[in-house]
Amino acid sequence: MVAWHYLDHAATTPARPEAIAAMLPVLTDGYGNPSGAHALARQARAVLDEAREQLVAVVGGAPGDVVFTGGGTEADNLAVRGVLGARGGVAVCSAIEHHAVLEPVLASGGRTVAVDRRGVIDLDALADTLDPEVTLVSVMLVNNEVGTIQPLEAVAEVVRARAPNAVLHTDAAQALCWLDVREHAAAAHLITVAAHKFGGPKGTGALLVRSGVALKPLLLGGGQERERRSGTQDVAGAVALATAATAAAADRAALVARAAVWRDGLVDSVVASVPGAVESATPHGDRTHLVPGIANLCLPAVDSEALLFLLEQDHRVLASAGSSCASGAQEPSHVLAALGLHRSLASGSLRLSLGWSTNAADVAAATDGVVDVAVRLQAHARDGAPA
Amino acid sequence: MARPERVLVAMSGGVDSSVAAALLVEAGHEVVGATLKLWGGDSDSGCCSVSDVDDARSVARRLGIEHHVFNFGDDFDEHVVAPYVADHAAGRTPNPCIECNRHLKFDRLLRRADALGFDAVATGHHARIVEHTDGTRRVARGADPDKDQSYVVHVLDAAALARVRFPVGHLTKADVRAEAARLGLATADKPDSQDVCFITATGGRREFLDPRIATRPGRVVDAGGTTVGAVPAVELVTIGQRRGLGLPGGADPAYVIDIDVPGARVTVGSAADLLVESVVLQDLTWVGEPTVGELFAQTSAHGIARRCHVAGTTVVFAEPSRRVAPGQSVVLYANDEVIGGGIVA
Repeated sequence: MVAWHYLDHAATTPARPEAIAAMLPVLTDGYGNPSGAHALARQARAVLDEAREQLVAVVGGAPGDVVFTGGGTEADNLAVRGVLGARGGVAVCSAIEHHAVLEPVLASGGRTVAVDRRGVIDLDALADTLDPEVTLVSVMLVNNEVGTIQPLEAVAEVVRARAPNAVLHTDAAQALCWLDVREHAAAAHLITVAAHKFGGPKGTGALLVRSGVALKPLLLGGGQERERRSGTQDVAGAVALATAATAAAADRAALVARAAVWRDGLVDSVVASVPGAVESATPHGDRTHLVPGIANLCLPAVDSEALLFLLEQDHRVLASAGSSCASGAQEPSHVLAALGLHRSLASGSLRLSLGWSTNAADVAAATDGVVDVAVRLQAHARDGAPA
Repeated sequence: MARPERVLVAMSGGVDSSVAAALLVEAGHEVVGATLKLWGGDSDSGCCSVSDVDDARSVARRLGIEHHVFNFGDDFDEHVVAPYVADHAAGRTPNPCIECNRHLKFDRLLRRADALGFDAVATGHHARIVEHTDGTRRVARGADPDKDQSYVVHVLDAAALARVRFPVGHLTKADVRAEAARLGLATADKPDSQDVCFITATGGRREFLDPRIATRPGRVVDAGGTTVGAVPAVELVTIGQRRGLGLPGGADPAYVIDIDVPGARVTVGSAADLLVESVVLQDLTWVGEPTVGELFAQTSAHGIARRCHVAGTTVVFAEPSRRVAPGQSVVLYANDEVIGGGIVA
């Protein structure tokens, strides 16, 4: 049987061989607890500290800024709830944040800021939303569904002017493969990274906390990570995260170049061949606000669930749509709604995302598959209502 | 064995659909399971919850079949929930399970299955599909008289009947549970689902409807117009109801015989006043050609089928029969087979 054509790298990307190789010695020989005093413990601590240095070489900041966490969701929660817990006040985020930011912001009674048709934050709306009460502003660097890059430098300027007491957090989980985070997130005080989005293992992430930012920990215990995240560190995961980040940064320019060609060809073919198909976050044809790794399309008179089913069954193409709820059902996307896409169109959304292991055959299979399946499904629609 | 088919089984996470899937697998069919996510709000009656999806997934894993979740929530809101609310607002008594079968299981799901290349859709309903020598198919009563669900699946037309399978229709409920236990399915002892999936046992219809329509208290009057009681929400009263009417004790039993929602007035009468000669149906569907003549009419899911004859859209009972609330379905049978049905106008 043919292997899968995997086009769901924004959900998770396969672990890079160098990351797996870097984990193994930590699990076999270097298994010490980095909080201890003996030789193996000291060795583990040294390995962990090297991982911090490696990571900040990619994302910026000082090694002491790195708080290793159990993944991106924990890092986002630590940023939002940690700042509010330490300083009180109000949290503000964009309307298209990942749920790991959106839910803690909304649960705290925070506010959201609209985005435009491309998914770029509305800076005027941001200015209107901010006031001196606001202590945390969270705007993701790259959106996970549509791939829009946010202008963090401009966001930071508005924050400095309107909410001088606020710190800026950015969820950079989707950014590391595509952008120089050191440069793009320079204005952020807090940065979330998630290892499995760039070739590390699941369940490992980090929050970069610039010095001087007060944070109340979510977990109390042994006081690891400079009292900011208790619990014995996942040294193997941290090493793999740092190794994967280094590899992703080294490959970035080449991946961006080839992915842009693939993404353009894929999207242009689908839009040309499937009646009514639109590119979700590209109202004017220009794609400069997008990373090249995510293609989000809306296909009229098609239901995402049926589309994904047939792509998998008939073309061995694996992709995703909107976001999945706890039961596994596809839910209407809050991101596409925030972009102003009508629900009937958004219910036929499709996200194809590329990554370090994508090859030309995957892209060709996806292109042919989407066109074939979408056209077949449109024939099964009744009065425009998808099957 | 019948020709192997590609069958999509609607798996609710209950024992009947679990066994339906298992029997199809054992018979050599190519089976894929799908759980329909229909209702997104509160529920406690065993439908659409994450744990039900987990149960269905667990059974699918045990059977070695693929399992998917289809979110038909928008269609459910449009075709089941909204008409349910509108019916109550008009003082009618809807049957949302029949509308769900009509619009979701045997329309949207059939269309989905068709689009995905399946030959058939199977469910765990206790009903049978019989094929006559002339090739016509009809829904027939399930083998277990206590669990027969032919009433709620009467909406199937000839085209749907050709593509629907009821693998447990020939079994009793006890047989189904024994089969589930034999196969080691996690759902073998799961209680039967009850009632409407979007109405919680604790809150009831009132809690569901109150935020959606402004329910109003109503006067209860006798045939002469004298006020004899009161109801908290006139929209929730049903024809034939005898409790919760605020009537004084000790009097003869009184039943609701008329509901006037705009006038916020409920009329009660004696058991004799409840009897009618006939009932007029709307949205009448027939499995084949419209039928006139001697049939049996069943007016509730587990009610008794009464002899009747049908003239146009009017069902005339052979003997005076209790009034059926507007919005309820009347299903017409010839012997054990469904001939058609409609909604009380």
